[in-house]
Amino acid sequence: MRIKLLAAALAGAGLVAALPAQAATEIQWWHSMTGANDERVNNIANKFNASQSEYKVVPVFKGGYADSMSAAIAAYRAKNPPDIVQVFEVGTATMMAAKSAIKPVYQVMHEAGEKFDPKAYIPAVASYYSDERGRMISLPFNSSTTVLFYNKDAFKKAGLDPNKPPKTWEELAEDAAKIKAANAAPCAFTTSWQSWVQLESSSAWHNVPFATLDNGFGGMGAKLEFNNPVMVKHIELLGQMAKDGRFTYVGRTTEGDSKFYSDNGCAMNTESSASYGNTKKNAKFEFGISELPYHEGVKGAPQNTIIGGASLWVFSGKPKSHYKGIAKFFTFLSSPEIQAEWHQGTGYVPITKAAYELTQKQGFYEKNPGTDIAVQQLLLKNPTKASKGVRLGNLPQIRNIIDEELESVWTGKKSAKAALDEAVKRGDEELRKFQRANSGK
Amino acid sequence: MASQKRAQYPVGWLPYALVAPQLAITLIFFIWPASQALWWSLLVQDTFGLNVQFVGLLNFRELFADTYYLNSFWVTGVFSTLMTGSALVISLLLAACCDYLIRGTRAYKTLLVWPYAVAPAVAAVLWAFIFSPGAGIMTYALRVWFGYDWNYLLNGGQALTLVVIASAWKQVSYNFLFFLAGMQAIPKSLIEAAAIDGAGPLRRFATVVFPLLAPTTFFLLVVNIVNAFFESFGVIDTTTQGGPVRATQILVYKVFQDGFKGGDLGGSSAQSVVLMAIVMGLTVIQFRYIERRIQYA
Repeated sequence: MRIKLLAAALAGAGLVAALPAQAATEIQWWHSMTGANDERVNNIANKFNASQSEYKVVPVFKGGYADSMSAAIAAYRAKNPPDIVQVFEVGTATMMAAKSAIKPVYQVMHEAGEKFDPKAYIPAVASYYSDERGRMISLPFNSSTTVLFYNKDAFKKAGLDPNKPPKTWEELAEDAAKIKAANAAPCAFTTSWQSWVQLESSSAWHNVPFATLDNGFGGMGAKLEFNNPVMVKHIELLGQMAKDGRFTYVGRTTEGDSKFYSDNGCAMNTESSASYGNTKKNAKFEFGISELPYHEGVKGAPQNTIIGGASLWVFSGKPKSHYKGIAKFFTFLSSPEIQAEWHQGTGYVPITKAAYELTQKQGFYEKNPGTDIAVQQLLLKNPTKASKGVRLGNLPQIRNIIDEELESVWTGKKSAKAALDEAVKRGDEELRKFQRANSGK
Repeated sequence: MASQKRAQYPVGWLPYALVAPQLAITLIFFIWPASQALWWSLLVQDTFGLNVQFVGLLNFRELFADTYYLNSFWVTGVFSTLMTGSALVISLLLAACCDYLIRGTRAYKTLLVWPYAVAPAVAAVLWAFIFSPGAGIMTYALRVWFGYDWNYLLNGGQALTLVVIASAWKQVSYNFLFFLAGMQAIPKSLIEAAAIDGAGPLRRFATVVFPLLAPTTFFLLVVNIVNAFFESFGVIDTTTQGGPVRATQILVYKVFQDGFKGGDLGGSSAQSVVLMAIVMGLTVIQFRYIERRIQYA
């Protein structure tokens, strides 16, 4: 028995010695992309694998965002995490707080000697995933932002100019009234992702802080402050529109998207720019894309909107060879060609300026009007402390709370002020819980 | 006394070996996780487990200070009463009809059992589709025929109704099988005697059939309540996710939401400990007080 073991060990050692770096190092990449985007992810990995022989990136679909993140954390607790995991934007603070579990991207790139310039990335995208010193912690992958989709046919029917979408919320409210009066659509206006669109991104768009300590970038002691006069006024207007039937609420996530392009759809929807693909495929009418509306008279508005989507995180504790491969893959992934292709196919924004310029050069925006609105919104101004993103722990729970409180405004149970005050109070409790669970590091 | 014979088995390893698999399963899948939950309920930790602090009963104190948690108790009570009640009454009615029928029972029986084969999540998607505020056929019918505005995403009462319907629908099949089997086990002579005495079908059901069904009803009551507490999870997750404004957030769903979605393992463990205590308590009460009044035939 002992001899056998010894022989096996020797054979193993011999094998390792005989095949230095012959077999490609496998890099596990857990992601949450479904359907056509799942195929795109596989394509990207295949292209990378074909471009060199040292490393092999293996993409694995691990369920929705929340599922794959839980799975990766569970795998980490079981001491066997993947090399790379795709985490949605609301999980950013949780990942960032787990300092010893993750390896920051800037460090991965630096140690591997890969050329890496954070300035090449779109500022509003990079800032969301950078630490307080501007160092990129995770690699932006699929990012989208909040825009307005509108039905041009319904606009014509209501006697509105289909090439003049509303710029401000006041105009949107008026247009919605006209659409309703003319019965130009079964529903005048709806929204997807109400917390992200109407509060998180809208705050940035008006350059008002969502939370203290630079929206949480400055530390875990942040407190929510979206119950400010600008946001109260905004939610009040939407509440008023819900009351008189100009705003139809259909759900917390993407329900608004499918409502928009369905046969008894809404004439306008504020939603993620990434729903472009689905809308284009399903809408039986001519639609337009325009900037997210803002409120007139708010100083600094419009500023820039913030992103949603996901980024790629690298786990710590892997062999050095893995990090070299990851760095090479990240460089490949950020190359203008790959990024431009991803952007054009999915409706996600290009994450680098070079990819944006390449797409411009290829004439994509002329052929597909409206697809550059999202990136222009992100590039409008340099992000401020209030507009570079939201870095809050327990953000999924806070979004739940916001959803609940907003729903009570849409149903007329609470005033906008009372609901936002309550959301801030309850959300702060979540922040304190997160702070307590993560303190001492 | 000496004549009373007792079988004697040599006490060796065999009995232990025979119960070992069952014991192992209980230990691994019940005792171990349950004790972990008990231990974790006394800790506060981040999701990665990098920072673990012992906090005593803090999680429990916070839980009972949280009005939304207390609300969850109320929702669970209402939900399980409605679901158990409607599932029992409807299945009893269907079973009685089926038992009374002479022709075609087979077809009815088969059809009525079908829903039980549908997974909870699938059943929920089905019902959610029928009652969808955007495209649901029932939403349309309610608006056109009754002028009733149905939107379970905004109306808590409607949301609760929807999850009760979807969960009860499945449970009816299960209950139906047991009720029907129970009814067919009742000796025909008893029913015939009652009929000769001049009792109509309703009277026979009330005075003969239903009392004799008591053990079945009791068994189903326990099973249904446990089901309402735990199995309804799939239905709620696929339809309302506990909303709107926590109108359908029953205890087990809150455990999932806080623990798996929220990463609050301490708070979630504390909730599961409370839930464990409640279900154990309920079962004890049912067996001690209700079972006493039941006569087994």
